[in-house]
Amino acid sequence: MCDHSRDRQGGLTRRGFLGTVGAGAVAAATVGAQAGSAEPVRPINEDTRSVVLQVNGRRHTLQVEPRCTLLNVLRDRLGLTGAKPGCEAGECGACTVLIDGRPRYACMTLAVAAEGAEITTVEGLMRGEELGDVQRAFIAEDAFQCGYCTPGQVMAAEGLLRASSDPSRDQIRHAMSGNLCRCAAYEHIFRAVERAARTRRNGGAR
Amino acid sequence: MTNDPRYSVDEPLPETPLPPGEPAPWVNPRIVGSAQPRVDGYERVSGSAVYPTDVSLPGMLHGAILRCPHAHALVREVDMSVARDMPGVHAVLTGSSPGADVEWGYRGYSAKLFDPHCRHHGEAVAAVAAETLDQAHDALAAITVDYEPLAFVLDAEQALEPGAPPVHEGGNRLEPETTERGDVARGLAEADQVVEARASTACEIHNPLERHGCVARWDGDHLTVWESTQGVYPVQAQLARMLQLPLAKVRVIGHYVGGGFGSKLQAGKYTVIAALLARLTARPVKVVLSREECQLSVGNRPRTAMRLKAGARADGTLTALDFAVLSAAGAYASGGTGGVDWQVRDLYLCPNVRTEATVALVNSGPARAMRAPGHPQGAWMLEQVMDELAQRLGLDPVELRLRNIPTVSQGSEGSLPYTSSGLRECLTEGAHAFGWSEARARAQGSGHLRRGVGMACGMWAAGGGWPPATVIVKLFADGSANLNLGASDIGTGTKTVMAMVVSEELGVPLDRIQIEHADTGTTQFASASGGSKTVPTEAPAVRAASLEVRRQLFELAAEELGVAADNLRIEGDAVVSISQPETRRKLVELQGLRRRALLVGVGYRGPNPEDKAIHPFAAHFCEVEVNTRTGEVRLLRFLAAQESGRVMNRLTFSNQVFGGIAWGVGLALTEERVLDAGGSGRVLGANLHDYRLPTALDVPAEQVSLPIDRPDVAANTVGAKGLGEPVTIPTAAAIANAVAHAAGVRVWDSPITPARLLALLAAAKEG
Repeated sequence: MCDHSRDRQGGLTRRGFLGTVGAGAVAAATVGAQAGSAEPVRPINEDTRSVVLQVNGRRHTLQVEPRCTLLNVLRDRLGLTGAKPGCEAGECGACTVLIDGRPRYACMTLAVAAEGAEITTVEGLMRGEELGDVQRAFIAEDAFQCGYCTPGQVMAAEGLLRASSDPSRDQIRHAMSGNLCRCAAYEHIFRAVERAARTRRNGGAR
Repeated sequence: MTNDPRYSVDEPLPETPLPPGEPAPWVNPRIVGSAQPRVDGYERVSGSAVYPTDVSLPGMLHGAILRCPHAHALVREVDMSVARDMPGVHAVLTGSSPGADVEWGYRGYSAKLFDPHCRHHGEAVAAVAAETLDQAHDALAAITVDYEPLAFVLDAEQALEPGAPPVHEGGNRLEPETTERGDVARGLAEADQVVEARASTACEIHNPLERHGCVARWDGDHLTVWESTQGVYPVQAQLARMLQLPLAKVRVIGHYVGGGFGSKLQAGKYTVIAALLARLTARPVKVVLSREECQLSVGNRPRTAMRLKAGARADGTLTALDFAVLSAAGAYASGGTGGVDWQVRDLYLCPNVRTEATVALVNSGPARAMRAPGHPQGAWMLEQVMDELAQRLGLDPVELRLRNIPTVSQGSEGSLPYTSSGLRECLTEGAHAFGWSEARARAQGSGHLRRGVGMACGMWAAGGGWPPATVIVKLFADGSANLNLGASDIGTGTKTVMAMVVSEELGVPLDRIQIEHADTGTTQFASASGGSKTVPTEAPAVRAASLEVRRQLFELAAEELGVAADNLRIEGDAVVSISQPETRRKLVELQGLRRRALLVGVGYRGPNPEDKAIHPFAAHFCEVEVNTRTGEVRLLRFLAAQESGRVMNRLTFSNQVFGGIAWGVGLALTEERVLDAGGSGRVLGANLHDYRLPTALDVPAEQVSLPIDRPDVAANTVGAKGLGEPVTIPTAAAIANAVAHAAGVRVWDSPITPARLLALLAAAKEG
């Protein structure tokens, strides 16, 4: 369903983090919530860490809880709401951003693990009010319906085109397969990616 | 069928005044029907569109809901004492909190917002509001609940057996809905071939990418809610009723919604909970459900078990259809179970038809209308039986269907004629464009990779739209315009299509039209966007409003130009005399318009014709490759021929079609809600990893949208019928028929999983 290769390519994931430090507390919390266990649960939200994030070319120094995801920081602390929460479990791709140029799920990346990386969100593809070429191609081909997954789709496409200037339809389908679109604008998304690739090859790149 | 009750959720619909006269149908429209990118494309691709999930207000708290982990249980006690004092927690809410001891408005049931009798996994038990969502979740984890688990029943068939655990007092069987025409026994006796089969479809979950949720804020006794919804007015009415507020003090804003598909036609318990938490804390409160909660508690397409006996003469004409369906409503019958019988009742000419639709209560989340409720399931049954009949009669599947094209809507009361029917054209033009005959004749192959083609038809029982709708169009002195309508744009391109209608009548370019919509504080009443009715409902009202502005414009232009008002037309940005084209004036140069600064036109939706039925039609064609070793199905190509009257926007039209195909792929091949029937009764795999939405790799490799573009001038003043649902009605059945053609075995139960297909292939081999 999701692009597991992204998990392998690095970055501490939420799942990995829970496996190393928080498993006991989280397991107890889960049991408490679901089965009504009487055992009180110790909150784990009191210690914070300082983190420096490089987002869309700007440096941000923030105090965050270790459990805080990059998605939460982008949306709630930096006001960058282009990346969307859809599952917060690495299943839907609506939160896709570029980390060092490659598409990543921001919900599966802890903020503390994104330190030192160059993070690009859909807002980072804009020049002021001017749309990037992938975004323009999405409008021209009508590559969305409700638009909620669209910023994630745009970032997955952007990542693909940074790695490959002339992807085949098959490569596009694979590259976009980690981003769910329930409206299923997939056919138009494929066409948009092809259009954006053509634009770039013809010198319309930025 | 003009007013489909499945799409008017709870609230009675008012009526709007009659428009003054019917404008003539468009002939060769200038912009309507062309391919136009969306007017809100910038917002949606730039990330600047603010969905309710994105709304963040000063001082806003985050709410979260504790849900029952049992399929059926009584809540004996909820202990919030630890949670209440957790860091960041501002309020806890249970059924005994102020204002929370209220009825939740399931029709025909007495049930509380937090009902101590939890009838399904995921029922709301308590809620908290905290500074951060993590803190809210921490607090939920610290709530202890004393549950008394009860016996449960999950399966509709089992729910009807004697001694089954009652979901409610009074039994689990609801009164069946039956229809009958002609004499089914005689029809079956007259048949040369009879096919009888059983089929089932799995329970599906809507899963819009934006989860259900809202932000609620009080200003004194005035409530504002940003809701992810298909209709702000039903949400407003529901909140006003539950919170005992006048409508004027409840403002619901729904500018953007990240998908709904029928699951967001109304407010949720979460909406009321957010409002109550916000009132308790005197802070804005955001509640967005988790993906797991969305799979438990906000609706589903129910599982159906169906039986159909069909008879036909040797020449292929149908003599009898005898159909029965059993659907699982979930714990409350609150919509989403109807419509399964419509294909059998209406799609093909047949004098002797009997249908029986039974609904059973079970201990799972209540069903809700889901994209073309009932219809894809009915098509799954009927269209597979039609293929079996074709095989026995030695007829081509397309030919069999062509021999049974109906002349009237037999399913409607009084067998009304259609305003228009493109079923025949969908079949013939679709088959031609697909290369049906050649593809069908091609060998299926002898190795383990077998090719097959299949097709299916469908009709949608609603899709004509209906009153009321009130729309306001304003023309400014500089020739730009404002369009004000209450309807939500759920991703179908409503705003764009409506702006195209304004542009058609007033000549204003799309990029000079500002749209104000889906806000009960600033727009006019519109019913929720569902039932494929938004275009046929709203577009005639938009046209009427535009024409009213044009009438006023021509009145003042006539005076200035010295010609009669009925001798004027709009050409580009100018008003021009029809008889003397050199007599013209640019809109911006009209003194009258400058003086007024603004022309305002109000448009209403008139009634539908009383003596005609309005239905869209479809025929889908599909080629698959089946791997008989692994049971995998690859979708090689797909063509959808759709007749929905006039094509309003060629670009968004095809986008809807491709989306509908993918929904059919989900029903046919990938989607199934799984319940832990042998154990806990809980929903299993309530996430998007186990519940498999079709991905970019699951949709057909080649997809073609073939519009059968025939303006339906009898239906309404724009000539369009609904599209969003008919696009997914025949899809799954077409895939099933293609798989049967390729594999030589038929899978009657959805989804067609490799395991199911392999088991059938193995059984066929053993003979």
